[in-house]
Amino acid sequence: MSVTLRLGYVPLLDAAPLIIAEALGFAEEEGLSLDLHTAPSWAALRDMLVVDQVDAAQMLAPVPVAMALGLGRGPVRFEALCVLNLNGNVIGISNALATTMAQAGYEFDFSDARAAGSALLAAAPVLRIGVPYAFSMHHELLHYWLRASGAAAAQLDIRTVPPPRMAEALQAGEIDLFCVGEPWGSVAVENGSGTLLLPTSALWARAPEKVLATRVGWAEAEPALAGPLLRAVWRAGRWLARSENHIIAAELLTAQSRIGVSAELIERALTGRIVTAPNGREHLTPQLIEFFEGAAGFPWRSQAAWIGASLARRHGLDVVEAAGAAADVFRSDLYRLHLRPAGAILPGASEKLEGALAQATAVPAERGELILPADRFFDARIFDPTAPVR
Amino acid sequence: MQALLIAVALSSRSASPSCICMAQRLSIIVVEKDRDRAMLIVDGLRDAGDFDVMVIAEETGLARRIAQRNPDLVLIDAGNPSRDVLEELALATGPTERPVAMFVDQSDGSLTKAAIEAGMSAYVVDGLRADRIKPILDAAIARFHMLQKMRIELAETRRALEERKAIDRAKGILMRARGMSEEDAYALLRKTAMDQGRKLADVASALVLAADLLK
Repeated sequence: MSVTLRLGYVPLLDAAPLIIAEALGFAEEEGLSLDLHTAPSWAALRDMLVVDQVDAAQMLAPVPVAMALGLGRGPVRFEALCVLNLNGNVIGISNALATTMAQAGYEFDFSDARAAGSALLAAAPVLRIGVPYAFSMHHELLHYWLRASGAAAAQLDIRTVPPPRMAEALQAGEIDLFCVGEPWGSVAVENGSGTLLLPTSALWARAPEKVLATRVGWAEAEPALAGPLLRAVWRAGRWLARSENHIIAAELLTAQSRIGVSAELIERALTGRIVTAPNGREHLTPQLIEFFEGAAGFPWRSQAAWIGASLARRHGLDVVEAAGAAADVFRSDLYRLHLRPAGAILPGASEKLEGALAQATAVPAERGELILPADRFFDARIFDPTAPVR
Repeated sequence: MQALLIAVALSSRSASPSCICMAQRLSIIVVEKDRDRAMLIVDGLRDAGDFDVMVIAEETGLARRIAQRNPDLVLIDAGNPSRDVLEELALATGPTERPVAMFVDQSDGSLTKAAIEAGMSAYVVDGLRADRIKPILDAAIARFHMLQKMRIELAETRRALEERKAIDRAKGILMRARGMSEEDAYALLRKTAMDQGRKLADVASALVLAADLLK
């Protein structure tokens, strides 16, 4: 007897753990039947979750945090049960801007965010920037990167552009730069609209990107649903992280119009072989998107605190208070409870210094050890969740 | 999932309760690419009262266009990806001042229920009186229900036609390639579909595609 759970997602590469959990039977093994619904926009998906049209949804990590801080009012609040993936976004620029930067001697290496930031700001005094949503890692990371690279707030005009329109907006000259989840960056390269400058993993190597969100209280009220769901998604993430599965994953994700692009475009981000320019330049970026390694799914309270502090700085809220309130949104306690039976390696702590690891480091786990990969920010700053910089 | 978003706006005059005067006509923007659909909604709104209604069909620079117009309400099909652009508008006046509230947050339970059943979410400016909004929402809900029904019927008709066409083409291919009668060709298609546990139309489409490749 399987129980049906309704899940919502926006058709992007990072919906993969949900799609794979259903398509390959990881959910079925847990006695769940997943009823997947696609949403045309983040606002629509949020509303589906608010009014109980779905039980759980893929969500931009900052959305539940913003709700907890009272940004964008709603009657219901969300919490994050796990992180679906780290990174998976790319930054692209217009061909005109790419030409200017190339003429100034910039070499497009698709990795050095410091050099890319200086070259970009030297080439364009004001940047019109497209991001998919007001509360997104795209927005927070771009802001962090460009301000740390010396841009004044007034130089940055960040606005919302729906991902399927991103390439078109770049080509039409509405924006100079975008940050968008794959495959939409590769789509822009493919149709000749732009050049990719960086993956967001170059800004923060372990940036949480999408989370599995539910209404606050749902997981505790329905442990017999939340547990199996978390375990199915965790197994799907483990399957997705294996390189031998990437080709079949790309096929499954694009079958039945689940994600409406070609499998070849999806494969680029999955395998980390990103074509960054219309002339076919390819850069190997293995950490472009991460679904599993180094406890990628663990919802660190300190990740939420970073997001909360970042939102607070931009919206004029108290940073310390916001970081504290944000931390509670990432339910590392529930994650431990439900993933322990699956044999997941769980870290000993639920908070850490973010950006402190320059290389992979062994840390204590609940049982044995866990290897945490390097998690640096591009400017080597370290975020201490107990003492966030105002 | 098709639904409707109603965003109310963010103009300084409607955000500040002291400036709301009953005499002022509410201005409404309808964001809709398809001209016929837009007109249907506009007609519905005209029937509901005397409003200043404007249609925006172009998605380029949507936020700027709406901000310039400074409307009291924006209506958009929630199936439109550009809805996220409107979310940003709702924040533009300062998210902590919260000039907009989600409609489902309001106290009018029956209207909220009707909105949700129509697959609708809405935003209402604090201080904008519910009795001024209700007739607009009622009219909009009715029109979107109608549009949704028409869209489903159209899609079903189109699919039936396409399936019919594929089956006819597949029959033709079999008749030519194997010298079969029309009945035999149809029977073969149906048997293949049953044996493989697939839909007749899918088998027909596969045959048509394969035949095209072999040309």
